[in-house]
Amino acid sequence: MRDVAIVGVGHSVFGNRYDVRMDELAFEAVKEALLDAGLSAKDVEFVVCANAGGWSAESLPAALCSEYFGTLPRGSMRVEAACASGSAAILVAYNLVASGYVNVALALGVEKMHESPSLVQVELIGRGGNYFWEFENFGMTFPAYYALHATAYMWKYGLKEEDLAEIAVKNHYYASMNPKAHFRTKITIETVMKSRYIAWPLKLFDCCPLTDGSAAVILADEKTAKKLTDTPVWISGIGSATGTINMSTRDKFLKLEYSGLESAVEAAKQAYRMSGIDYENAAKFIDVACVHDCFTIAELMAYEDLGFCRRGEGVKLIREKQTYNGGLIPVNVDGGLKAKGHPIGATGCSMLYTLTKQLRREYGKYASPEAQATIRHGRALAHNVGGTGHYAYVTILSLEKPHA
Amino acid sequence: MSQLGEKAKKAIEDKGLPIVIDEKTKLPLYVDVNELLLRYQFGIAKIYKFFEGLREGKVHMTQCKKCGEKFFPPRADCPKCLSQDMDWIPLSGRGELLTFTIVNVKPPSFANYKDYVVAIAEMEEGVRVLAWLDVDDPKKIRPRMKVRLRVVKRPGGLITYEFAPT
Repeated sequence: MRDVAIVGVGHSVFGNRYDVRMDELAFEAVKEALLDAGLSAKDVEFVVCANAGGWSAESLPAALCSEYFGTLPRGSMRVEAACASGSAAILVAYNLVASGYVNVALALGVEKMHESPSLVQVELIGRGGNYFWEFENFGMTFPAYYALHATAYMWKYGLKEEDLAEIAVKNHYYASMNPKAHFRTKITIETVMKSRYIAWPLKLFDCCPLTDGSAAVILADEKTAKKLTDTPVWISGIGSATGTINMSTRDKFLKLEYSGLESAVEAAKQAYRMSGIDYENAAKFIDVACVHDCFTIAELMAYEDLGFCRRGEGVKLIREKQTYNGGLIPVNVDGGLKAKGHPIGATGCSMLYTLTKQLRREYGKYASPEAQATIRHGRALAHNVGGTGHYAYVTILSLEKPHA
Repeated sequence: MSQLGEKAKKAIEDKGLPIVIDEKTKLPLYVDVNELLLRYQFGIAKIYKFFEGLREGKVHMTQCKKCGEKFFPPRADCPKCLSQDMDWIPLSGRGELLTFTIVNVKPPSFANYKDYVVAIAEMEEGVRVLAWLDVDDPKKIRPRMKVRLRVVKRPGGLITYEFAPT
């Protein structure tokens, strides 16, 4: 296997993108990534397109977008792992390059959610569980699935709704500096506490928005990468895991051993092993992290699943502002899914966009110096969860070449 | 026809094209003239006993005859030992509540229901079940409170199962 580096990243403006169709939206991210890499579309040898779909009209996004940004006749495919589709695309592209099948691969995440009305999106996402046993007669929604975790966490560790609000406040704070975020306004604890319930105990401001967006990551082998850039960002580890389809068969959180996702723990441990990171002290090895905060409770669960703190202590991390920039480990300093937005298939690639800029020390100029993490270890982490822990991917980026 | 469909129809009648201007962004949107109604049908032959049981007022789990593993939702094939030989066992209905939520923003398919409580409970047989909890005041819900799983008829006659406090 060959080492693989990120040589170019691109990102569309996230939000309600009524101004563009899917291929035009993808073009925005891919153009920026190609310019960033110093490549033309003809240099891309394979396109892996992450798109969950269902709410949008185009059902063959890989071909649609490939033609639009000019990579024909190169091979392409669509990959789907729900909200972790973007990371799944990275894993496939990584392996295409690592194996020697191609030298340059493009991972593109694109989602056009607002081609359907909001409530149709709510229903389609809610069906993303064990359809007959959770939706058919019981009408689960995505916030409701995560609310089951929030209730369990409250009962076990005394979590308060105000604690969750702290996470929303942090992520909106950083989104306010991100020029491509869906929400660019700061909020207060009161904003969250006064918002209406979506799925008790989660309120409107505990939930990520429904967002259109795209993000692109170009991966290359060592020889190509060294020709293109002085600061290749290497992929040093990718962990992946799958969780049970039905929430009621998840042992750990229902036996109140902990309220996290078994799949995320497994993915983290795999990625850490590949990258030489100690699970118990993970925060000390990593400079900055993007975690899957589709809901505030999800970010709290991620702190613990990733080994940033012990079980039940995630609350302490946010209360002490340890996940702000300058704390133990800055988390979602781009606004996270919560406020940057969560275009389902694009999120995994969007995380790598942020983290690549962070490791290159370009994020301060792009967003705000206040959001540029101090790069000490040269490592960054992306934690991307599909469904409610159905799919989990943890990707570690490094300034140091993995096999050097 | 959906709300969007009505919009498209009206726009065509007015100006020949299904183009509407979004109120918030003032951007033009082309509304699909085709509308797809989706309703799935799935095979239940291998777990038909579950539905027969519901008609008799029982909720069944399955247990692998070879390795003893218990399943809810009931399944016909065992992933532990690959046996396809199952016992069908009716649940006693006695369980303890593990977690719950109240669905306030509902999917369009459930728009006609009042906010509903969804709970997961552990049944005395060891399996766990997700279902609605019929409770007048959710503030009375406590961790590990005792619940009873029962077969009920929804308005319109559909048979399903739900929890009730004991």
